[in-house]
Amino acid sequence: MNETYELEVNGVRYPINAAMDRNLLSVLRTEIGLTGTKEGCDDCECGACMVLIDGQPVNSCSYLAAQAQGREVTTVEGILDGDNLHPLQRNLLEEGGVQCGFCTPGMIMSAQALLTRNPSPTEEEIRIGLSGNLCRCTGYQRILAAVERTAAES
Amino acid sequence: MSLTIANSLDEILTSLAAGARPIAGGTDLVVGARQGKAPLPDSLVAIDRVTALSKIETVNGQVRIGAGVTHSRLMNDPMIVERYPGLADAAALIGSPSTRNVGTIGGNVMNGSPAMDTGAPLVTLGAVVELHSVGSTRQVALSDLWTGPGRTSANPDELCVYIIIPHPPARSGSAYVRLEYRRAMEIAVVGAGASVVLAEDGSIVSGRVAMTSVAPTIVELANASDAMVGLSPVEAATVIGAMASDQAVPISDLRGSDRYRRHTIGVMAARALDAAARRAGGEPIGVPVNRSLGIGAAR
Ligand SMILES: Cc1cc2nc3c(=O)[nH]c(=O)nc-3n(C[C@H](O)[C@H](O)[C@H](O)COP(=O)(O)OP(=O)(O)OC[C@H]3O[C@@H](n4cnc5c(N)ncnc54)[C@H](O)[C@@H]3O)c2cc1C
Ligand code: FES
Ligand code: FES
Repeated sequence: MNETYELEVNGVRYPINAAMDRNLLSVLRTEIGLTGTKEGCDDCECGACMVLIDGQPVNSCSYLAAQAQGREVTTVEGILDGDNLHPLQRNLLEEGGVQCGFCTPGMIMSAQALLTRNPSPTEEEIRIGLSGNLCRCTGYQRILAAVERTAAES
Repeated sequence: MSLTIANSLDEILTSLAAGARPIAGGTDLVVGARQGKAPLPDSLVAIDRVTALSKIETVNGQVRIGAGVTHSRLMNDPMIVERYPGLADAAALIGSPSTRNVGTIGGNVMNGSPAMDTGAPLVTLGAVVELHSVGSTRQVALSDLWTGPGRTSANPDELCVYIIIPHPPARSGSAYVRLEYRRAMEIAVVGAGASVVLAEDGSIVSGRVAMTSVAPTIVELANASDAMVGLSPVEAATVIGAMASDQAVPISDLRGSDRYRRHTIGVMAARALDAAARRAGGEPIGVPVNRSLGIGAAR
């Protein structure tokens, strides 16, 4: 049975009409239409679905959408600066940290949370910060380089 | 399915009395349901907004950790890291940053997995849980709480509100280590927690050891304190390692054979004891010990 509630995503309040057992990932993608957040494993393993809830990274495939009521959800669409790429996005492109791009939105959310908490992380801290995000393509080094460069620039 | 977001302890307890199940971070409950382990309960009450559950307080010579405290907070709380580093070691090993941000100590303990990481250090630190239901409160020792894999002696209407740990004595230390095949998103192949109190000459006055993933529940090593008393930490590590392998009753599964687990629990117990004793002697070993001492996967 569907119920009606509200979710705040990227600063916008959306009315939701959905069953209470729906996960946040599916509500973001199919009810709200924000498809930047990806579904990889749908099993809390890969991190493709990472979003921020009150600034902290959360695997949205394994989080009940209704439990995010009253909290601030941020997706990759929410970190754009107008029409400009976010520095993490730009540096991932420039350092070659994007190949197929499927892991990228999740990587960005984890990296963004890390840099907010810790603006100049060591390489080890970046590895830990991204340890819930798998990348099939890049071998990770270029992703690390992009995060290091973003930290150095700010 | 229904989900109530509770704003007070009373509201949670009333919901539980009416048949709801608590959900904290959902990292066991929701993930388990998605994997088909058990369907989501018909009625859930979200307990993550209730501030009474998210405090870490010192009360009457004890530390009271709210069941809703997340692993991220535990591993970063200066008082926990200083007094109960074994618990911080365990919290820092759980899942990934996102798992630690939403996963709670109460969910870990009440989920009752024999592979839970906070269980062994809590046992060695002498923790008890405080369970509340409408009109009743009781404290239960961890050894009486876990009754089998995924099972506890708590009634369905009981909420774990606090995990209570006595202050550690002077010259004591604790540590938790686990055997892991990779540095994140891992489940303990085996794990061991230890706490020790040292005499001024550095010999052991008393100690406790508990083991992860070698029995149907987290288990305490029997007779550990008697076996260690008067020994140096180096001598004690050998004795404790042999006892751990001897007392373990592991199963074989995808993650390791029973023989492999029986051997490696001895290694882990000895390393936990070594790290706990070094901390008791004042050596600052960072949290988690696995990373600081290079135990388990290389990276
Ligand atoms: C990717 C991933 C990696 C993980 N890695 C680890 C790991 O390395 N080590 C480890 O130990 N665990 C690990 N876990 C398991 C899980 O994250 C932890 O057990 C976590 O602490 C559970 O807390 P929670 O708040 O999410 O529990 P929930 O899923 O909300 O609840 C778990 C169970 O406890 C009950 N419950 C919750 N709170 C209470 C309470 N206060 N009183 C009574 N009952 C309660 C619930 O009803 C449910 O049955 C992992 C999980 C995932 C998804
Ligand atoms: S889709 Fe959520 S972790 Fe893989
Ligand atoms: S770029 Fe393809 S998964 Fe990371």
